[in-house]
Amino acid sequence: MIEDFIWRAWLAGAGVAAVAGPLGCFVVWRRMAYFGDTMAHSALLGVALGLVLGLEPAWGIIAVALASALLLVGLGRTGRIADDTLLGILSHAALSLGLVVISLMTWLRLDLMGYLFGDVLAVGIADLYWIYGGGAVVLAGLAWIWRPMLALTIDADLAQAEGVPGLRVQLVFMLLIALTIAIAMKIVGILLITSLLIIPAAAARRLARSPEQMAVAAAVTGVLACTLGLAGSLQFDTPSGPSMVIAAVMLFALSLVPTPRYDGGP
Amino acid sequence: MADGVAIGAAPLVETTGLGVRRGGHWLIHDIDLTVARGEIVTVIGPNGGGKTTLVKALLGIITPDAGRVHHASGLRAGYVPQRIEINRVLPLNVERLMTVTFKAPRADVEAALAETGVAELIDQPVQTLSGGEFQRVMLARALLRRPDLLVLDEPVQGVDYAGEAALYDLISDIRSRRDVGVLMVSHDLHVVMRATDRVICLNAHVCCTGAPQTVTRDAEYQRLFGPKAATAYAVYEHHHDHHHDVHGNVVGADGGHHHHHHPQDGAGAGEPRR
Repeated sequence: MIEDFIWRAWLAGAGVAAVAGPLGCFVVWRRMAYFGDTMAHSALLGVALGLVLGLEPAWGIIAVALASALLLVGLGRTGRIADDTLLGILSHAALSLGLVVISLMTWLRLDLMGYLFGDVLAVGIADLYWIYGGGAVVLAGLAWIWRPMLALTIDADLAQAEGVPGLRVQLVFMLLIALTIAIAMKIVGILLITSLLIIPAAAARRLARSPEQMAVAAAVTGVLACTLGLAGSLQFDTPSGPSMVIAAVMLFALSLVPTPRYDGGP
Repeated sequence: MADGVAIGAAPLVETTGLGVRRGGHWLIHDIDLTVARGEIVTVIGPNGGGKTTLVKALLGIITPDAGRVHHASGLRAGYVPQRIEINRVLPLNVERLMTVTFKAPRADVEAALAETGVAELIDQPVQTLSGGEFQRVMLARALLRRPDLLVLDEPVQGVDYAGEAALYDLISDIRSRRDVGVLMVSHDLHVVMRATDRVICLNAHVCCTGAPQTVTRDAEYQRLFGPKAATAYAVYEHHHDHHHDVHGNVVGADGGHHHHHHPQDGAGAGEPRR
């Protein structure tokens, strides 16, 4: 007796969570949570850009998120401003700029709440194609850069001395984050995308003995959180995106409970 | 090693007039340096003297702004960087740390760890290692690639005093056993001397160079490290060819090759941003 739109919502959420989990591991390992947040906040500007140019919003999101990532890296390199200050400035500037630009486009009727917090129950078949097509690209890209990225995460200088092309690998990684933001926006909205990246990954830490185990555990945790969140949102009539985040946080809290005489996972 | 650099050939690595500039001043400049197979060269100098910058330029991690770095063809370098901090959130054991950029069978990993005396750590999470264990694992990691040249940036940091001497002895043993060249960076003056063939005293430029007993008597060395440092080795009188005025400028140089100056006499010449 489950209706189609609920199936679509679950498929969409699960697909995004399965991609965001492994990618989010690197966000957690590299302490890039606010970096991801800043990229996500710029997505609204990307939506506006896409609409102005008459493109699918996803392309606008990818372009603007990538541009903001490059701006961050470029400005960070000058070292004139502390990294967290820079992130704070850019993150809120991007969000405000997006809101202002959209408000100026008076001919558009946009569901702003949907963009900010997601509207998973409004997911259509076309969205599912985007999510699973884009998701497959992200996972393939991540598998491709997995080893060099891991080396860079351990120590950038060491990796570079050992022949890892640091800049190229990091550019690919940023592109993957931008793509993930584009496909995740519909599910949890731009304000909560980072939570889908970092909370399942953080929850998976205790279960994992290797980086790969953590990636798989993060994907599974993410799908579980999405399922629980969606069920909760239907049961209690709460917004679905935030409900998924709450479910993920509950799983994270559960992962912190000490286990007697058994520290770690399988 | 069949595919390594031939023994008795040209130096493993050679720099000529090497300089790195950041923010309008030279972190290092006019560095001429060679490391040959079978020798241990130690770079000492004050903090901010450019030791790590030199290592990074030598390994191609940063591009020099002046001069050249020449590697012997087919050179394989094993690098142990200064202070690696691995995020506790990253589940990583020793074997994985050692093979992340260099695939090797477990038996080889175990053999490399045995060579540095820590074979039993192979499955340990890296975050649980002590300072001494971690440095030995990193040394084994460098050995795993069968290097011609070992580049060790502060190899004894985080190691207690007794462990320090043991680690220097180990590096000396590895040099003899594997006939590799070793370039080591240290701010330590005493223990490091006994495992060193040649000392290079670096404070943005090469202040003095030579055998340990020579360098410790050098006026420039004593100026950098204080008169007590001279007791590390004794007996040798060396006439220094220049002096530094209060601004660090070289005055009265008679050798003609000290056309440089000390940027801010050590303290201000910061390490490059990481």
